[in-house]
Amino acid sequence: MTTAVLGQDTRSVGRGRPGVHSTLTRGSSVGLGLAMIWFSLLVLIPLAAIVVTAGQHGWSGYVDTLKNPQTWAAIRLTVTQSLLVTLVNVVMGTLIAWVLVRDRFWGRGILDVLIDIPFAMPTIVAGLVLLGLYGPKSPLGINVANQRTSVTLALAFVTLPFIVRTVQPVLAELDTDVEEAAASLGAKRATILRRLVLPSLVPAIAAGAALSFARAISEYGSLVLLSGMLPYKTEVVSVRVYSFVEGGDQTAAAALATIMLAVALFVIVALDIIQRTVARRG
Amino acid sequence: MTQRIRLAALVAAATTIPAVLSGCAASAGSTTDSHKLSVVGFSVLKTANEPVMADFQKTSAGKDVTFSTSYGASGDQSRAVIGGLPADEVHLSLEPDVSKIVDAGLIDSSWNQTPTKGILTDSEVVFLVRKGNPLGIKSWDDLTKPGVKIITPNPASSGSAKWNILAAWAHVSGQGGTDAQAQTFVDKVLHNVVALPGSGSDALSSFVAGNGDVLLAYENDSIAARAAGDDVDYIVPDDTLLIQNPVALTKNASSAAKDFLKFQLSTAGQTDYAKAGFRPVVSGITVDVPGANDPSNPFPAVKTQFTIDKTFGGWDTANTKFFDETHGIITKMIAGLHVGS
Repeated sequence: MTTAVLGQDTRSVGRGRPGVHSTLTRGSSVGLGLAMIWFSLLVLIPLAAIVVTAGQHGWSGYVDTLKNPQTWAAIRLTVTQSLLVTLVNVVMGTLIAWVLVRDRFWGRGILDVLIDIPFAMPTIVAGLVLLGLYGPKSPLGINVANQRTSVTLALAFVTLPFIVRTVQPVLAELDTDVEEAAASLGAKRATILRRLVLPSLVPAIAAGAALSFARAISEYGSLVLLSGMLPYKTEVVSVRVYSFVEGGDQTAAAALATIMLAVALFVIVALDIIQRTVARRG
Repeated sequence: MTQRIRLAALVAAATTIPAVLSGCAASAGSTTDSHKLSVVGFSVLKTANEPVMADFQKTSAGKDVTFSTSYGASGDQSRAVIGGLPADEVHLSLEPDVSKIVDAGLIDSSWNQTPTKGILTDSEVVFLVRKGNPLGIKSWDDLTKPGVKIITPNPASSGSAKWNILAAWAHVSGQGGTDAQAQTFVDKVLHNVVALPGSGSDALSSFVAGNGDVLLAYENDSIAARAAGDDVDYIVPDDTLLIQNPVALTKNASSAAKDFLKFQLSTAGQTDYAKAGFRPVVSGITVDVPGANDPSNPFPAVKTQFTIDKTFGGWDTANTKFFDETHGIITKMIAGLHVGS
């Protein structure tokens, strides 16, 4: 993760001027220094500490952690559910963003504000709300408490705003003149969407999807009350990590955390590659 | 030039970070001021402690004392104190959480050599049920009936949940059953478990919000829930496990902490804890407890009372036998519940 970020930085700094090491002025040097200190304190050092703790028993620490079938089941559940929810978000998030930007209807402003509720709410409260609505006392007659569906539902709830909020500004900036021109030249609505609109949205969708996935694999609070946290059934990785910490096994907790970091990095890089490929083709 | 500035920025970063980090390492142990008192406790004590502290401040020993408090899950609190959270007194859910702090060198190993053996509050493992007890749950055996949906916090992530599972085990082993028979019984109970929340308070929230038919709970939590107006009843089974919450002063505890602990164990202090639903650890406490099944006789004697020392040979033995991360009997049973589902 670190190297990827740093690598990108140097590239953008030196862009278009190969051979020149730096374009930093005195002011921006201080800026970079401050940014790096802040970033190190908050992100790099804690991350390094986790990797070091996890590495205390060498590879065997990772292997032992992964060999535990209960942990393995939790990883599988977390990753598949997160991917599923991210996929749903790609479709629904883009749709919601579209509706909010392009359509005019009564209550649009309110909806626009309400989208952020899953962000603003403490996740444990989100869990309580979901349990009230989709638990045994559901006024809708839908009871998913302690079922696998509850994990999907809770993750979908907390990750909903990501793609909406990344796509919305891009869509708002998009010039409708081009679309109108295409339409006047006889392009079908579907073709305009596919050839003109979507390619410009892809980077934003990919960025939102990365955030959404990363948030989903680390979710804990909203699942606490609704999912039942049953091993092999609804137990996610964060619960597993918490069990390791409670049991005093810091190494296993750190190893599992590192594995999830690797998964997150893999998915984020994969999304970036997809995004670049699509953008180039468009 | 710019190169040198960038180097300077990096050097600055490299030298600042260790300095900041070392500055963050707070000194563990007590607060030095003898009139200030840091109390670290497990979650439910938040409301229970308030009247105790207020009444202590009314005594001559406590009149100038000010409190700083921290409450949370027992295991988290134990780790926090080891990690440097200032504490004069810790009041936790179960002994192993104090033992961890003893191992870290912050509490003297003689902490439990007191008249109450280091215990400040007692409770019982009970069944919290829906108002009116629609399923007619009375005994541990009723929990194994088909279709009874049980909730208990997960002993892997909640130390306090260990009391619940051990109580089920004691129902068989404490009455002459073999370990094999106890395991068969607990396995039946576990197969009716529909949710294993991470902590006791999460389990209670989940149950109150409608999840499950029976919650394995503490008597004091059940009383507090009823006093707060939740639509629940609780059943004290004829045989159950005594919950014993330990208290300990840290090595550098202020003199005010010693006075406070004395007050907590006094008739006045224990009366305040009883009002919050805890069973007193000293005799001669009579008080009405709102929320109890019978407020004027809030703590009826349990017919067959199991204890961690008598029934299980103490926490050290029980923890290894049942809850060891890989070989513990209960750990393995819970892991096997939904394999392949």
